[in-house]
Amino acid sequence: MQSGSSGRPKRLQPLVDRPLSKGKGEVTLSAFGFLFSEMVQKCQNKARTVQELESRLCNYGEHVGVRVLELLTHREKGLKRETRLIPLLSFLTGSVWKTLFGRPADALERHTQNEDEYMITDKDPITNKFVSVPSDMGAFSCAAFVAGIIQGMISGADFVGIRFSCGCIWIWMEH
Amino acid sequence: MSCYTLFIINKAGGLIYKRDFSADAPKLSVNDQLRLVSTFHSMHAIAGRLSPVDPASGIDHIETNTFQLFCYQSLTGLKFLITSPAHTSGSLEHLLFKTYQLYSDFVLKNPFYELDMPIHCSQFDTNLDKLILGK
Repeated sequence: MQSGSSGRPKRLQPLVDRPLSKGKGEVTLSAFGFLFSEMVQKCQNKARTVQELESRLCNYGEHVGVRVLELLTHREKGLKRETRLIPLLSFLTGSVWKTLFGRPADALERHTQNEDEYMITDKDPITNKFVSVPSDMGAFSCAAFVAGIIQGMISGADFVGIRFSCGCIWIWMEH
Repeated sequence: MSCYTLFIINKAGGLIYKRDFSADAPKLSVNDQLRLVSTFHSMHAIAGRLSPVDPASGIDHIETNTFQLFCYQSLTGLKFLITSPAHTSGSLEHLLFKTYQLYSDFVLKNPFYELDMPIHCSQFDTNLDKLILGK
């Protein structure tokens, strides 16, 4: 799918014909920390309960997930999108995690009792790194955002997923 | 490094954080703490004005025969105070600077913290313990 235009300089080519850039690859952790903190505060202003806050954060993550799926499929896998579950999950815990967080996810496990359930574990999600949750918010975790990213990627790949998040991220999926 | 107490004062002169790191630290009632801190805040401002040198920074270090006090003021007007035993050698200012870094990490990036309010962040407390007591 190379550019079909004549030898015009790159900046004059129409936007959709230009090759996709490699991207910067790195953002400072502080910049992310501040931006994410503002995002959580915005969700908190709109939400009335902790559940609603969590689901709003997850919703934001879904927007990211859909785009990340398209982008990384293009960049890393040469436009070949995964259509089977386990390769998709390994792609998720490997390449996607590395691109987003700089390291692969800690574990991907299949639930022992329910064959349809899988768990992705991340012991130290960067969303929770600077956040101290007040005790009256119970089991809330900002990792709901990451759960949303995964949810967005899975539903973007046309599987049906149900998500749940806590301190490390566990995703239950059925398909 | 042994320290008695750490205080953090917001730019209006109100106490937003106080933490004792030693059993020898004097026990103050809440009212006393607030009074102490706002007095220091005013003294700091006055000292800056009284100085014969033009760009003056206020009070950095108070040394008495029973304790020493170090103060670091950030560019945003936040003051970090630490008291330590009388014969502490060397300056604790680097400790205060690191405390400022911890503050900017675990308090300012915390979405549940409102600016200039008292600090109740568990991550800040644990990292402060590691910094001051772990040394």
